[in-house]
Amino acid sequence: MHAPAAALPTVSQSALSRLFDNRNFLGLLFMLPGAVLLVLFLTYPLGLGVWLGFTDAKVGRPGEWIGIENYEYLVTDSVFRLSVWNTFLYTVIASAIKFALGLWLALLLNERIPFKSFVRAIVLLPFIVPTVLSAIAFWWIYDAQFSIISWTLTRLGLIDTYIDFLGEPNMARGSVIAANIWRGVPFIAICLLAGLQTISPSLYEAAAIDGATGWQKFWHVTLPMLSPIIAVVMTFSVLFTFTDFQLIWVLTRGGPINATHLMATLSFQRAIPGGALGEGAAIATAMIPFLLAAILFSYFGLQRRRWQQGTKD
Amino acid sequence: MTQSSRRDFLKASAGLAAGAAVGAPLLPREAAAQQLSFKPEAGARLRVLRWKRFVQGDEDAWAANTRKFSEVTGVPVTLESENWEDLRPKAAVAANVGSGPDIIIGTNDDPHQYPTKLLDVGDVAEYLGKKYGGWYDMFRQYGTADGRWIALPQGAGQGAIVYRESHVKAAGFSGIPRDLDGFLKLCQALKAKGTPPGFALGHATGDANGWCHWLIWSHGAHLVDQNNRVAIDSPQTRAALEYAKKLYACFPPGTLSWLDPNNNKAFLSGEISLTNNGVSVYYAALNATDPKIKAIAADIQHANMPIGPVGRPTELGLAFMAMTFKYSKYPNAAKEYLRFMWEKEQYGAWMEASLGFVGQPLKAYEQNPVWTSDPKRLAYRDAVKLMLPNGWPGSLGPASAAAMADFIVVDMVAQAASGSTSIADAIKQAERRAKRYYRS
Repeated sequence: MHAPAAALPTVSQSALSRLFDNRNFLGLLFMLPGAVLLVLFLTYPLGLGVWLGFTDAKVGRPGEWIGIENYEYLVTDSVFRLSVWNTFLYTVIASAIKFALGLWLALLLNERIPFKSFVRAIVLLPFIVPTVLSAIAFWWIYDAQFSIISWTLTRLGLIDTYIDFLGEPNMARGSVIAANIWRGVPFIAICLLAGLQTISPSLYEAAAIDGATGWQKFWHVTLPMLSPIIAVVMTFSVLFTFTDFQLIWVLTRGGPINATHLMATLSFQRAIPGGALGEGAAIATAMIPFLLAAILFSYFGLQRRRWQQGTKD
Repeated sequence: MTQSSRRDFLKASAGLAAGAAVGAPLLPREAAAQQLSFKPEAGARLRVLRWKRFVQGDEDAWAANTRKFSEVTGVPVTLESENWEDLRPKAAVAANVGSGPDIIIGTNDDPHQYPTKLLDVGDVAEYLGKKYGGWYDMFRQYGTADGRWIALPQGAGQGAIVYRESHVKAAGFSGIPRDLDGFLKLCQALKAKGTPPGFALGHATGDANGWCHWLIWSHGAHLVDQNNRVAIDSPQTRAALEYAKKLYACFPPGTLSWLDPNNNKAFLSGEISLTNNGVSVYYAALNATDPKIKAIAADIQHANMPIGPVGRPTELGLAFMAMTFKYSKYPNAAKEYLRFMWEKEQYGAWMEASLGFVGQPLKAYEQNPVWTSDPKRLAYRDAVKLMLPNGWPGSLGPASAAAMADFIVVDMVAQAASGSTSIADAIKQAERRAKRYYRS
């Protein structure tokens, strides 16, 4: 760049054009739009949310700084503690089952099956249907009086009374987890399927020559090759599940007696309908450390060679 | 508007204002005093956001009245609607950021969450009150803050007991007993006959809050006292929760998960024969295409909630409150809209079209034929006279709104009734949560 500039016949370069020749300046300039977008749409709202958590802001009234009072109260609040417990239970169980089912489904779809593309498209359906719609469908499926599951089972003579899917705390937890799994499996299955298809067949051929069994092929070839994508997919899945809102809100509103309240739903209930913006923001902020831990876990996992290439570090 | 209808209207309203029957002679002086109108600003246009209808007739009639307003005044009005529970956050955000619809018709304590952001509508309210027999007490409490009218009451979605007459008769009762003991006996008898009662105990904003507040108030218990001090830990609350336990034993399984629509569905399918609800159950039965459900309509009866040891009715109403925001660029057009829509010709037609779903806020509108054309709706006419505002006997404000939105009373009743915690623990938890909202 410099040589042709020096060769220019004009008297001297203006300060501006010299500035534009500066690599550092240009780099900064090109990054600026991205940085502005990030600050405007990510950092600022996040910062505002965290700041609100330290105030007693109410909807329609700016709050005053109250330090960690919101958190002090939340720690002693039985509903909040229950919601943290619910969130963990929900995330761990749903994610584990979604992973197992998703991997299984991906392996099946990776086999030679008739109408392959059609079946693959069908599998994505639960993920395509808007959550609120599928949640409403589940709301009917779980209805205390009109549940089709209960109806079928009573018709078959297997049960006498209708199952109280959403009325009994543990039953309700199980039911919302099942609905979440139904919705989340396709995402994992399709992502893992994409990962499976990048594994070179030559690896399997080599394994076959070595006399590996099907199980050994899976354990020593498939799984190690798939680990990077598993790390990414499961991070996303955990984040989605941890912050789930729609399913719970439609199905139970956090009931019965707060047994299915997640941190996200409780945060909304208190902040917006309840008007306690500060406290709601504090609940939302309390989710950040957990989410950060999930991201860091996957980030450092991705750095590791063993995860990336299936070899030792 | 034709000449004759205008004269009739003036006659009627003057008569009502004088406390006489409809059709009393017109006194020119009073008629003149009753005229009030605001001149809309040049180029005014309004955005009105209201709660979403429960019955189609309501929405149609409100929209028709709004069109009429536009024709008369030349002010275009955009009418939007939103589920009433989703409206609260929207209104709060509008108040917070200072931009949005000119008028929002929200619910209950909404105006008391941001009174300083709302336009004083005292002139419209006092004018309407004078002209139409006055506002019921509850609506005056909902509409005013420190003596200033911050919102215009549009009416109330009332609750009443909806029951199957034949089932109650079969259980050995001629109607709904007016006292708590009798009511419990009826519920137990209904359960024994296999036609149980059922009340929502999930986070059902309307129905669960409605009957749970009635329950504790009827026993003389309340979340806070007149000075907004938390007072839920009382022998009265314990008595109320003991009663709830016995009542819950009569319910079918699943009431802990019931949201607002569940009891309607259960009632219409014959799963339950008694619940608390607005007139919507009856309306749904009347309009059903399924002959089996249609037949239920003839068997449906309504009654006001029984009266407990406190000796006075203790029903919680869902008040609809029209708020005009100070940020509106057309305050006069907005006030004229309110005045116009609340006048008898418009309001009466709307009330009729709402089929009794909305109870009148102004005493003169008691005369609306909607209550007498079908005697089964009568219980709803009187509900507005009996209702208490949210947070009673404390004051309305962010604390009362938050306590209700956080389902403090509902959770307490649900916990105690279902036995998931002891009565003492349920009260303790409610007390802690209430203190949080009612501090300072």
